[in-house]
Amino acid sequence: MKKTNKTVLSAVVSGVIAATMACGAQAATDGQVKLGVLADMGGTYADICGKGCVTATKMAIEDFGGNVLDKPIEIVSADSQLKPDIASAIARKWVEDQGVDAIGGLVSSAVSGAVSKVNADTKNITLISGSASNTFTTKTCNPYNVHWTYNVVALANGTVKPMVQAGKKKWFFITADYSFGHALEGMASKVINENGGEVLGHVRAPLGTTDFSSYILQAQASGADVVALANAGNDTVNALKAASEFGLTEQMDVAGLLVFTPNAQAMDPASAGGMRLTSGFYWDMDKETRDWSKRFEQRHGEIPSMIHAGVYSVTTHYLNAVKAAGTDESDVVMKKMKEMKPNDFFARNATLRPDGRMVHDMLYVEIKKQEERKDKNDIYKIIKVISGDEAYSPMQPQCNFS
Amino acid sequence: MASLFDINLFALFGQLLVGLINGSFYALLSLGLAIIFGLLKIINFAQGAMYMLGAFVALLALKFMGVNYWFALILVPLTVGLVGVLMERFLIRPIANEDHLYSLLLTFGLALIIQGSFTHMFGSSGLSYAVPEALKGGTKLPFMYLPNYRAWIIIVSVIVCAGTWWMIEKTNLGAYLRAGTENPQLMQAFGINVPLIVTLTFGFGVALAGFAGVMAAPVYSVSPDMGSNILIVVFAIVVIGGMGSIGGAIITGLGMGVVEGLTKYFYPEASNTVIFLVMVIVLLLKPAGLFGKEA
Repeated sequence: MKKTNKTVLSAVVSGVIAATMACGAQAATDGQVKLGVLADMGGTYADICGKGCVTATKMAIEDFGGNVLDKPIEIVSADSQLKPDIASAIARKWVEDQGVDAIGGLVSSAVSGAVSKVNADTKNITLISGSASNTFTTKTCNPYNVHWTYNVVALANGTVKPMVQAGKKKWFFITADYSFGHALEGMASKVINENGGEVLGHVRAPLGTTDFSSYILQAQASGADVVALANAGNDTVNALKAASEFGLTEQMDVAGLLVFTPNAQAMDPASAGGMRLTSGFYWDMDKETRDWSKRFEQRHGEIPSMIHAGVYSVTTHYLNAVKAAGTDESDVVMKKMKEMKPNDFFARNATLRPDGRMVHDMLYVEIKKQEERKDKNDIYKIIKVISGDEAYSPMQPQCNFS
Repeated sequence: MASLFDINLFALFGQLLVGLINGSFYALLSLGLAIIFGLLKIINFAQGAMYMLGAFVALLALKFMGVNYWFALILVPLTVGLVGVLMERFLIRPIANEDHLYSLLLTFGLALIIQGSFTHMFGSSGLSYAVPEALKGGTKLPFMYLPNYRAWIIIVSVIVCAGTWWMIEKTNLGAYLRAGTENPQLMQAFGINVPLIVTLTFGFGVALAGFAGVMAAPVYSVSPDMGSNILIVVFAIVVIGGMGSIGGAIITGLGMGVVEGLTKYFYPEASNTVIFLVMVIVLLLKPAGLFGKEA
């Protein structure tokens, strides 16, 4: 009896292992291209990559013609709820049961990390557009990661460097107390120190803090030239609000290290006007960006954030690569994606490096003052274009998947 | 060394004052909850959503009807209070005799629906509401710059809190209310319309949340999740203060603001947990709360 039990048990165990292995080795090479869009449908980041990311993906598919490899391109989407465990479960279901080839959208670095891990196991492609961390092409790089739009390195180089070089040497950080904030602060501090500046101190505010007045007082007492906000979304808006209320904006410069267009719209122009920041995209740059953005606005109701534009761009590039490769087999497609130069209204002077980092021109912009604005969408003026090599750090040798 | 000490002392004063400002906010918010939770024994998880609703009504009234901040201070609590009255009459009363868990689940569901629809309509990024012209600017104190609007928050909050406390603890109306919730049958026998009192009390508690929403609109980003962020903290404050104690809620609100403010100075990483730590300690030592009566 005992023996039978043991046999049954071992049979079950080996069955499970075999099943897992079978799943693990499975990549959808059925010639049917299916894209998954994982976004934040109702949380803090819903405006920067929620339904808009699905719309942008659909637009890319439609503009591509709707078909590739003689079959219609399919799309599935889901709400990550910004929770890595949920994201991971959805990704596994998509790639293992539903034949999804690539997963895009992906806002919040924790979510992207979870999905990237699943895709690395199953050899599916991760098209990260919404996340900031640079870990996907450094510490946790793998051959199936593609990181579009922006990252913390580009933000730090783009926003911090010109200010330090202009003589703003002393910095104080108000940082969101989680991995993204720490990464952004770390990267910005590095840039400050390398350029002869000095970090006087920092304060780590929990994510979702509504009242920043205490932190603002500490920043005021620090004697810094610049107070850097290493946070995002409503945290940035609330911090800036308190900064202006307590008179900090009159004594010191405030640098928002990560600001998306919907956040810039939510800021009071009186305090935000004149603030400079780095963005991967601005809708009102030239005719090409305006044409696409108008089409997006008609369908979505709001102007696109840089993430929306990035999602469109990376989806298009992926589909072009599938077409050129003549297969949806991940390794072949990845090779093609890295060979071909991305080139559209979003990706300017762009290359997709062997480590999966898409290096492209970034924009150094200034938030317009009230009197400079024509309407609610008229928020940035472009100060200069930052070349990709200037913005992003060089590839790390261990991530060279050429 | 002396000068260094002076600077630290100044910084500390600044933090204390900022803590007091936040505390008066907490006091205002926990007051409404204390009335509903403490007197009516309804666990209203929609209180945060009503606070958010208050801020949004102020914003929309300004945008579409040109209602300025001062009128909003009156109009918004009335509007939100009316929502509360309807909510009590048509949703909560039918399950009033069931376990408290039912009203908790009902109001929690309502909060999710309201918050979800606002995210759908207005997005998640928040909107901005300008500080009224008369309260712009600030005063330079020796240790910090005090924005006029923050000073206004302290004053208003103290007046509203004291007024409410006085009304409930010292007037006939308050006596009816307390008696009506304590022993409804007896009061009914005296010819007092207890269901009406309950409805109005609920409406008043909710209106206070709406009022706090208007007060908050100029200083915080007006966003659909502003209520859910603060709700749990305010519940903790009511528990620390002691169920049913109006004065307890007010004093604890102010006190917790100061405690949180000091934490933000000495160890900011813990600032959003310190109130819960206090709650755990208080519950262990004095289960009825600081000002609650032992059952």
